Amino acid sequence: MTTETAAVPASRFDRARLLAWLQDYGVYAAIAALILVNIAITPRFLTLENLRTQLVQVAPVVIVSFGMALVIGTEGVDLSVGSVMALTTALIPLYLGYGVVPAVVAGLLGGVAVGLVNGSLVAFVGVQPIVATLALFVGGRGIALVVAGGQLKDVHDQTLLDLGSSSLAGIPLPVVVAAVLTVVVMAVVRRTTFGRRLVAIGGNRTASELSGLPVRRVLLLVYVVSGLLAAVAGTLATARLQASDPSSLGLLMELSAITAVVVGGTPLNGGRVRVLGTVAGALLIQLVRATLIKHDLADSIAQMVQAVIILAAVYAARGAGRR
Amino acid sequence: MSVPDEEGPLLEVSGVVKRFTGVLALDRVSLELAPGEVHALVGENGAGKSTLIKVITGVYRPDEGTMRLAGRPAEFAGPLEAQRAGIQAVHQEIGLVPALSVARNLLLGREPRRRFGTLDVGRMHREAGEILASYGIDVDVRRPLRSLGVGVQQMVALARAVSVDARVVVMDEPTSSLEPREVETLFGVVRRLRERAVSVIYVSHRLDELYRICDGVTVLRDGRVVHQGPLAELDRLRLVSLMLGRPVADVRQGGVTRFSGGHDAARETPVVEASGLTRRHVLDDVSVAIRPGEVVGLGGLLGAGRTETAKAIAGALPLDGGRVTVAGTPLRRGSAAAAIRAGVALLPEDRKAEGVIGTLSVRENIALAALPRLSRAGLVSEARIDRIVDTFMRRLRIKAAGPHQRVAELSGGNQQKVLLARWLATEPKILLLDEPTRGIDVGAKAEVQALIDELAEDGLGVLLISADLEELVEGSDRVVVLKDGAVVGELSGGDLTEERVMTTIADAGGGTP
Repeated sequence: MTTETAAVPASRFDRARLLAWLQDYGVYAAIAALILVNIAITPRFLTLENLRTQLVQVAPVVIVSFGMALVIGTEGVDLSVGSVMALTTALIPLYLGYGVVPAVVAGLLGGVAVGLVNGSLVAFVGVQPIVATLALFVGGRGIALVVAGGQLKDVHDQTLLDLGSSSLAGIPLPVVVAAVLTVVVMAVVRRTTFGRRLVAIGGNRTASELSGLPVRRVLLLVYVVSGLLAAVAGTLATARLQASDPSSLGLLMELSAITAVVVGGTPLNGGRVRVLGTVAGALLIQLVRATLIKHDLADSIAQMVQAVIILAAVYAARGAGRR
Repeated sequence: MSVPDEEGPLLEVSGVVKRFTGVLALDRVSLELAPGEVHALVGENGAGKSTLIKVITGVYRPDEGTMRLAGRPAEFAGPLEAQRAGIQAVHQEIGLVPALSVARNLLLGREPRRRFGTLDVGRMHREAGEILASYGIDVDVRRPLRSLGVGVQQMVALARAVSVDARVVVMDEPTSSLEPREVETLFGVVRRLRERAVSVIYVSHRLDELYRICDGVTVLRDGRVVHQGPLAELDRLRLVSLMLGRPVADVRQGGVTRFSGGHDAARETPVVEASGLTRRHVLDDVSVAIRPGEVVGLGGLLGAGRTETAKAIAGALPLDGGRVTVAGTPLRRGSAAAAIRAGVALLPEDRKAEGVIGTLSVRENIALAALPRLSRAGLVSEARIDRIVDTFMRRLRIKAAGPHQRVAELSGGNQQKVLLARWLATEPKILLLDEPTRGIDVGAKAEVQALIDELAEDGLGVLLISADLEELVEGSDRVVVLKDGAVVGELSGGDLTEERVMTTIADAGGGTP
């Protein structure tokens, strides 16, 4: 083996290392570069108001992406997160009459229920994650529209609206929630048996089974967590928009979340979860869109740029994986 | 029809070399197949059998060497070309369409048609019935294939393969999922093929079958032909010793391995008792008991059921019958977690696919199975993990840049030690070691062997599976010999020699009546 490594030209070896570095830290470098570019070319970029707006907009994406990162860590995917947001926003106004707490709990339970269905299909029936979650990707929004009677409803409850618009020590509440969840999810991944087991299962399911890990229970739980986090994001988004619109809330959210996770350096074939990378991935995409919008470029261009970023991330992951 | 025009071999493979990324899989292998000859191809894991088959059936192109079919040079760009030339393979995976009827499957792609291209169902059923009847297979051709047993499905696949003008048929472990009655039918088909001068390459580990049906034999080991000739002139013991790579005359007494041997455990009560382990086509009433401080070896050829026995004890193989008790308590069947809690540890055969988790660090790989005892209320205790990881990395002398190095970057021997550490961290009562020294370097091998010894002396029960006969005999206090999924003998004390293991395998009556 050593002789073979020696025979490989040094440049190729360096390329693999460069790609591995890119997978791990490329996203941070890209954010730094983008911020510098914006400082140079975008007027009023470095204002407090602009930063607040950017962070408030990205918070729900970050929260959903955490659930997605955990699922992808098990070598799965959760396509239903956008529909969960729709279901949550449809449920909340129905129960607002009982008070904010019951309404939010009902919204979150909707996410848990979707997660239970997804997780059961994946863990116990053995359906492929992409197919299992596709069912509620399609059906979840349908259910949400039926629940809401197909209507956009304004939300007037002040306590709920405060969730979206009030601040804690000058930091908008959705951002605070995302920041707290960042710490929590990092702790879950690093310090809990659940976190250890889910990356092990994603890394090698057979070995995990032979090592006596409760594979099915972990898989079930991971989809429940993903559903719950999507519901949290749905609640915050409802509060911020001051309306319940199940036909549009969370549309394409699954793609944003997958992009954030992959760009953040979590490999699609599981075995690893990068929490801070996921935050950075979501921030990067937010910055790209904001930059292009500020300079009056069409949304379609933002989408193309997003595509290029995804391809770059996947390319880096492939090269790094070949080490 | 398919008889070659001139005398001479039907298939001639000469000097075939095949390399995979520098590893020599086939080293100048030659093979001649006379028309109508049934030729046994045998060898243990990694001998090169499947590579040779893939070269013959056009899946791989040889790096060197040539093939001739009926005297003409044969060079196949892919399996389809090989099939067109008349080389058919029947694999364990059947490769037919389960939802279609037997007749459709049999005639797939060449169904009889009426004038306007519609299917002539009546004629199709008649023809299919005739083909199957000519091989002595009695089945309703209108039934969907999936409604039939695996054995009959395999027969249909075989009939399909040979009815399309086959000249050479490769059968890879054709009887592994057949009932005894179906095996007889298969042999009937093989005899008919022989009468029609179709040659057969027959891959199997079941000695009785080989001696019943095969004319010639080629024994492969480490990619080389170690024996070739008529099977009738090769006695069973020689064949077994050739496959295992241990010349009968050259069995050394003691020596290279690092086992001290002789653990005094005879009087203790068994820590593990497996009785009547049964799984269709795999295990047939296997019973093994292991006492604390004892190393019990499992002997036998490839496919004899050694790995399956270990997996069954560890709760990792669904069983049709049998029970496992650990320290007197019966284990819940089919639960690896329950077995681990009771103190059973299985070091699996395939280190990469079933053992290490390559994306994780050495540390996390070691802690994996012992997580329940290294955590409280779902929270992992980093300090306890650090302690355990440190202890085992030192005790097993795991060579890594540090506990946080990714396990995929370690050498095979060190990966194996990481897995051993994973299991020792669970404080097991019994260690099931499936090929613990395969594919690791000599130094690590000696260390692992010494460790097995040491663990047994500490009172652990050990089940040792090894294709290395010397390792098996010197490492074990007792060897249970398996054949075709059943226990055929037990050797200990003065009887425990490499030669006796081989004679036990060779002399045992087959499972097929």
